[in-house]
Amino acid sequence: MRPFAYTRAADVAAAVAEVGSDPGSEYLAGGTTEVDMLRIGVARPRRVVDINDLPISGIEELPGGGVRLGGLARMSDAAAHPAVRGRFPVLAQALEKGASAQLRNMASMGGNLMQRVRCAYFRDGGAACNKRAPGSGCAALGGVDRGHAVLGTSEHCIATHPSDAAVALTALDATVHLRGRAGERSIALDDFFLLPGDTPEREHPIEHGELITAIEIPASEEARTSHYLKVRDRESYEFALASAAVALLVEDGRVARVRIGLGGVATKPWRARRAEAALAGAPAERASYERAAAEELAAAVPRRMNAFKIELARRTMVRALETTASLGARGGTG
Amino acid sequence: MSTAPQIGLPLDRVDGHAKVTGAARYSAEYTPPGTAYAVLVCAPIASGRVTAVDAGEALSVTGVLAVLSHLDMPRIAVRPNLVPSLAGAAAHGQSFFPMQDDRVHYAGQPVAMVVADTLERAGHAAELVRVDYAEEPPVVTIEDGRDRAYEPERIFGGFVPGRTEYGDAASALAEAEVRIDGAFHLAPNHHNPIEPSATTAVWEDSHLTLYDATQGPTATRLTVAELLGVPPSQVRVVSEAVGGSFGCKAMIWHHPALAAFAAQYVRAPVRLSLTREQMFHSCGHREEQEHTLELGATRDGVLTAIRHRKLSPTSHFDDWAEPSVGPSGRMYACPNFQGVYNLFRADTMTPTFMRAPGEASGMFVLETAMDELAYRVGADPLELRLRNYAETEPGTGRPWSGKGLRECYARGAELFGWAGRDPEPGIRRDGNQLVGTGMATAFYPVYGAMNPQRARARLHADGRAVVETGCSDFGTGVGTVMRQVAADALGLSAESVEVRYGDTDLPNTVAAVGSAGSGAVSAAVHAAGTALRDRLIAQAVADERSPLHGADPAGVRVGGGRMFLADRPDTGEDYTDLLRRAMAFDVEALGEWNPPGPQGEYGTGTFGAQFAEVGVDPDLGLVRVRRMTGVFAPGRVLNRKTARSQLMGGMLWGIGQALLEATHVEPGRGRWANASMADYLLPVNADAPDVQVETVEVEDRAAPLGVKGVGEIGLVGAAAAIANAVFHATGRRFRDLPITVEAVLAAE
Repeated sequence: MRPFAYTRAADVAAAVAEVGSDPGSEYLAGGTTEVDMLRIGVARPRRVVDINDLPISGIEELPGGGVRLGGLARMSDAAAHPAVRGRFPVLAQALEKGASAQLRNMASMGGNLMQRVRCAYFRDGGAACNKRAPGSGCAALGGVDRGHAVLGTSEHCIATHPSDAAVALTALDATVHLRGRAGERSIALDDFFLLPGDTPEREHPIEHGELITAIEIPASEEARTSHYLKVRDRESYEFALASAAVALLVEDGRVARVRIGLGGVATKPWRARRAEAALAGAPAERASYERAAAEELAAAVPRRMNAFKIELARRTMVRALETTASLGARGGTG
Repeated sequence: MSTAPQIGLPLDRVDGHAKVTGAARYSAEYTPPGTAYAVLVCAPIASGRVTAVDAGEALSVTGVLAVLSHLDMPRIAVRPNLVPSLAGAAAHGQSFFPMQDDRVHYAGQPVAMVVADTLERAGHAAELVRVDYAEEPPVVTIEDGRDRAYEPERIFGGFVPGRTEYGDAASALAEAEVRIDGAFHLAPNHHNPIEPSATTAVWEDSHLTLYDATQGPTATRLTVAELLGVPPSQVRVVSEAVGGSFGCKAMIWHHPALAAFAAQYVRAPVRLSLTREQMFHSCGHREEQEHTLELGATRDGVLTAIRHRKLSPTSHFDDWAEPSVGPSGRMYACPNFQGVYNLFRADTMTPTFMRAPGEASGMFVLETAMDELAYRVGADPLELRLRNYAETEPGTGRPWSGKGLRECYARGAELFGWAGRDPEPGIRRDGNQLVGTGMATAFYPVYGAMNPQRARARLHADGRAVVETGCSDFGTGVGTVMRQVAADALGLSAESVEVRYGDTDLPNTVAAVGSAGSGAVSAAVHAAGTALRDRLIAQAVADERSPLHGADPAGVRVGGGRMFLADRPDTGEDYTDLLRRAMAFDVEALGEWNPPGPQGEYGTGTFGAQFAEVGVDPDLGLVRVRRMTGVFAPGRVLNRKTARSQLMGGMLWGIGQALLEATHVEPGRGRWANASMADYLLPVNADAPDVQVETVEVEDRAAPLGVKGVGEIGLVGAAAAIANAVFHATGRRFRDLPITVEAVLAAE
């Protein structure tokens, strides 16, 4: 392992100042991705600043029914919180279908949004990767690309965003709160993730050292009837081949409100806005869902081994819509 | 008065507490003072040459003691020659040793080794070693190498001929009323035990001690001694706790000798632990394979011919294929058989033994085809197997030494609820799932040790015994059955018997391979225990002060720590009384079991029956196993608990074989593309269904103590039962493994 310095930050301002002023410093939160990256030499910081002592791990209910998750709230705590389970079941389900119980106990919500891609070429220092080494090429193109994305790809990067929780959060219109050296600001979750385009090394529209202090989820009626469907090779401890986060309100047999996120198939947590538009006011029935799913996946680009994910994503979206519709007007997670 | 027999009881594992509390010491946990750490630098290319090695930057890292490459690595004393470890000799994993010249034969081949005072520094320096290569286009996959195929003389380390025939399969196929022809493709697989291989090497003068994770301490000793050119007597191997193997520690790969070379070079103890990623290219794998199977049968489904051919890649050094077509010639009563292996030379390391090597793959192929035949002729799949039941060994006509398959079928069908199954595929729904059931036969050969197996038993004056053999316990439970076998031989309670194993300083037993480990060790322990018992009885009947004085030794029994007359049990004495009177601290005896060699008069094999129920979500391509039943006839069961665990572990492995396990080759580069536990998928607990396991004990006339072994049979047939259940659920036949989501989606 490459040598690096390790410090612990005592408060948010100090942490932001330390990392923000030094391009060679990185934050260490739960460490469930970062430590792997250090071990395999893909993360090469001069110093890691441990932020686990910072007082941003709480979970608060907001006036009006929303929820504010601290940037250091553990995935397991967020998934267990009664307000999350009752008002945003899709998020509780997505969290509990992510990683393993041990990892969820360590991993933070902010870290979940910042986690790096699982592309084997990104993690292999000997392979070409524009994300790790800009301009070196993309070994995934024509390589073993079974798990790679079909939506939002470019000729420079086709790595899939691995998060489940972020897929639910994008469907829930969450907001990311940041603290940087210039102060505080917030970014809509969908805007927090960048498409790879020709700069796949740039994953978020933030400055070096900006820290996620919280994630806010606004209340909505449809979020109460929401559902996360994750399709994967095995039943646990595995990333999605395709997933769908759906929040749906049906009135008089028609889709009154719907928000859809797709996971496992795109380079970012994918907000399925085309499908949402196609569903607006449509009869809440399979034919509408199929039409909407086809619309959303029309732009998908298949590669050597992952063409099946286009059809799988369509079906996953349709199944998730059907399941959510069947939940009725009020539902929740356990 | 006497002690209840311990053999067969579900005794707790002797090593269980130490393993679950972390007290057990694995080979990477021996840290003598001054231990240095070696880290390998491995070739990222699959074919070519090393053109330059620049260690300058690596050597500048604080704490780095040495960087070795082919330029300065000591030369090995002999060219290695692959011989399976069951033979009891040096057991090189492949006929090749790295860093002897500049040639790269496979991706992941070690090209340099860094030694430093800490693991972290060694790892950091290893990243800084600059190796330049002249890369050549590799041939790795069947797609690459199909045109280069040849028929080898022998395979499997010389143990198996490249072609086996009886009768006239070609003519019988041409005349068959019913033909089933199928082409199958099986992805490469890797073992992935929980403990990566590791060796700690310690020199004291000219004597070498290796703490090594191995299935055979003696095999490590002989192999390393041969490579280093030192006498085996100067090499001691300690291997007590081993964290699983599944065959990747059955042969001796390069790391123990590399650790020894490094320790010699830096004049300090050296530990070499393989990383998880290195485990994919350092100790063999189950090769990619393509099978073609042709069955000929009558309209009633009675087999008239079986022709089974296999194509697979091997290394540049060895003609290796796992013997997958063998079971097809020994399973069913069929007068005409032809089995042929084809190989091609590829830029790969030599594949190796992996749990049920040959049977797991070959029986998937055969049992899938048998299911297809059952549907073709309108017979129940279990009934079809009974119509083809081999009462004697096919091809030879020899009687079985013990079989029990009919009993396995019957009991399995009863437990599973097979009777009354509607054969119609694709019609049972449960919500979004289609539900189906399938079955298959399990077969595993009976392998025997080839040289004498030894154990030592010692009785102390306090009435406690110690029994010792050199074997390691890599999770099989052999230490526990040693205790049971010794207790019965000596007439002691199990608690009175302590076991020691995993050290070449102890009496030699062969590597625990081929499901033969517990049988061989038990036979040696039994010999030692009975030799000690006979010695104690002889001492008693010769002792004037013993109540047994003058008795016929043949009429003396032992039990409850006591010797007594068979016809007058109240006449006798405790062992402790005899020893105290003689002022002996202890008495010991060496036991030796000489394997009888090939049993000419019998056909041998271990058999079983597998049943599975699956749910298939056809829209999402998901197959999930809902329940499994396995019934096996492994001869005498030494410990019902450890045997059940072994068999269940094998069956659950079958879920991985059927649905998940595949190592992918990176196109054009010839490297494994998913060399991690995150990317090489194994079943997890959430995938494990309700599993029923039973054994039927059928006497075996050839095996030592009647023990045939349970290490591998549990896996065999499980994947076929699952795939056949998928057919029953969906009406789609899957001949490629694993059965992936995309395969299910495409089969619609």
